[in-house]
Amino acid sequence: MAQWEPKIIALLCNWCSYGAADLAGVSRLKQPPNIRIIRVPCSGRVNPKFILASLRKGADGVWVSGCHPGDCHYIEGNYYARRKFALLKDFLEYVGIEPERVHFSWISSAEATKFAKVAEEVVDAVRKVGPARYLVKREVEVE
Amino acid sequence: MFEYTEKIREIVKRLLQDRVVDGVIGFRKGTVPMMNHPFFMKHIEQVPQLYWDSWCGVNLANYLPKRQDKVAVVAKGCDSRSIVVLIAENQITRDQLYIIGIPCKGMLDRRKIYDTVRTRGRDITDVMERDGLIVVTGKDFSLGLDRNQYLQENCAICLHRNPVIYDELVGEMVPEQEIDRYEDIRAIESMSSEKRWEYFSKLTEPCIRCYACRNACPFCYCPQCFVDESKPQWVGKTIDPTDTLTFHLLRAFHLAGRCTDCGSCERACPVGIRVRMFTKKLEKDVKELYGYEAGVQLGERPPLDTYRPEDPQDFIK
Ligand code: SF4
Ligand code: SF4
Ligand code: SF4
Repeated sequence: MAQWEPKIIALLCNWCSYGAADLAGVSRLKQPPNIRIIRVPCSGRVNPKFILASLRKGADGVWVSGCHPGDCHYIEGNYYARRKFALLKDFLEYVGIEPERVHFSWISSAEATKFAKVAEEVVDAVRKVGPARYLVKREVEVE
Repeated sequence: MFEYTEKIREIVKRLLQDRVVDGVIGFRKGTVPMMNHPFFMKHIEQVPQLYWDSWCGVNLANYLPKRQDKVAVVAKGCDSRSIVVLIAENQITRDQLYIIGIPCKGMLDRRKIYDTVRTRGRDITDVMERDGLIVVTGKDFSLGLDRNQYLQENCAICLHRNPVIYDELVGEMVPEQEIDRYEDIRAIESMSSEKRWEYFSKLTEPCIRCYACRNACPFCYCPQCFVDESKPQWVGKTIDPTDTLTFHLLRAFHLAGRCTDCGSCERACPVGIRVRMFTKKLEKDVKELYGYEAGVQLGERPPLDTYRPEDPQDFIK
């Protein structure tokens, strides 16, 4: 078997972190190839279901990124998101999901270097804990 | 406890006579011991059926969301807090309610009684309460048990036994307890990820996905619950361990900052799962992070429906 590479779902806000990812690409910054990006209109749009669904479908890590506080395109979406994520992250850890699997960041559309840096950090953290073990829905073979 | 019953009847009779309310939600004596059931009534002739003792654990706030009429409702501390939350969530208005407040000494756990008595192979025909003693009677035995040993788990650690809002009380306020609510949660927090995973996998293993816990909760009033969604289907519908745990995680998360720890979910569970181990963790975090306790203050916004610019964010890169 080829060496294991982490698969990470990144839920990026259209107005900032998604732009930063774009800019990082255009600027030819070196980034890990393990990130699978899903564009969302706002970090406030990220339902905890999305994070659980990613883990259930076998993602080794999940990363949500939005605009810095005060910079939300919808004024306050990220403030609500922040409360939701604070509780969710702690709650997932409480039931045994390793803290290294779920990440959050604020990255503006101008911060391409931050994007590349955080992407590295996220991948490294997930790599450290290895392939997803918990909450993965295993398919059952039916004879 | 009989004084409470008398007083409830007296109040309700007056309310119906004066046409203050359209109906009343209270309790009536159950057909099996230790299981009183919710009672919906409109007529004065039904007043003698109203009843109160230590087996009225059901949270009557569960019958309030989206009501159009004006009702009187019998409410313990936790029920009254649930009403406060429901008012904040626009499920009912304060003017629609006449709250008959019960200063509560804690509800009792029938399972604990059965455990004590059944191990001796005896069926229970009647249970009475007298001066801090529970008298359990069966075919050829009668047993006095210390009430304090048989409280529901949530009642043993309850900090708001007195109703937080009411129109009338049925008795003197009771002293509030001072107690550490989160001992068991901290014990789990101090375990390793593996051990925690093991703990919760074991905890939810017997779950048969009957959703009684959801149905008993006053805050599970969504017209369509996430468990019934099919396109996309976020949570698998089977009793595969992953599906079951996902259900529990989301159910609890939906109650973050809302759950008043009334214990109705746990007492409804047919297989005795301690589902409060999920909700209580969120309750603890909400308190520590945002200094909020569900339903204690009328008019306060629920914690996930508001924010402060300086909210903690150490976990964000
Ligand atoms: S949680 Fe508190 S108010 Fe509610 S039944 Fe138990 S002791 Fe009474
Ligand atoms: S989750 Fe359980 S304890 Fe909390 S409010 Fe709902 S029924 Fe009561
Ligand atoms: S009541 Fe118990 S068995 Fe039923 S869904 Fe809830 S936890 Fe599972």
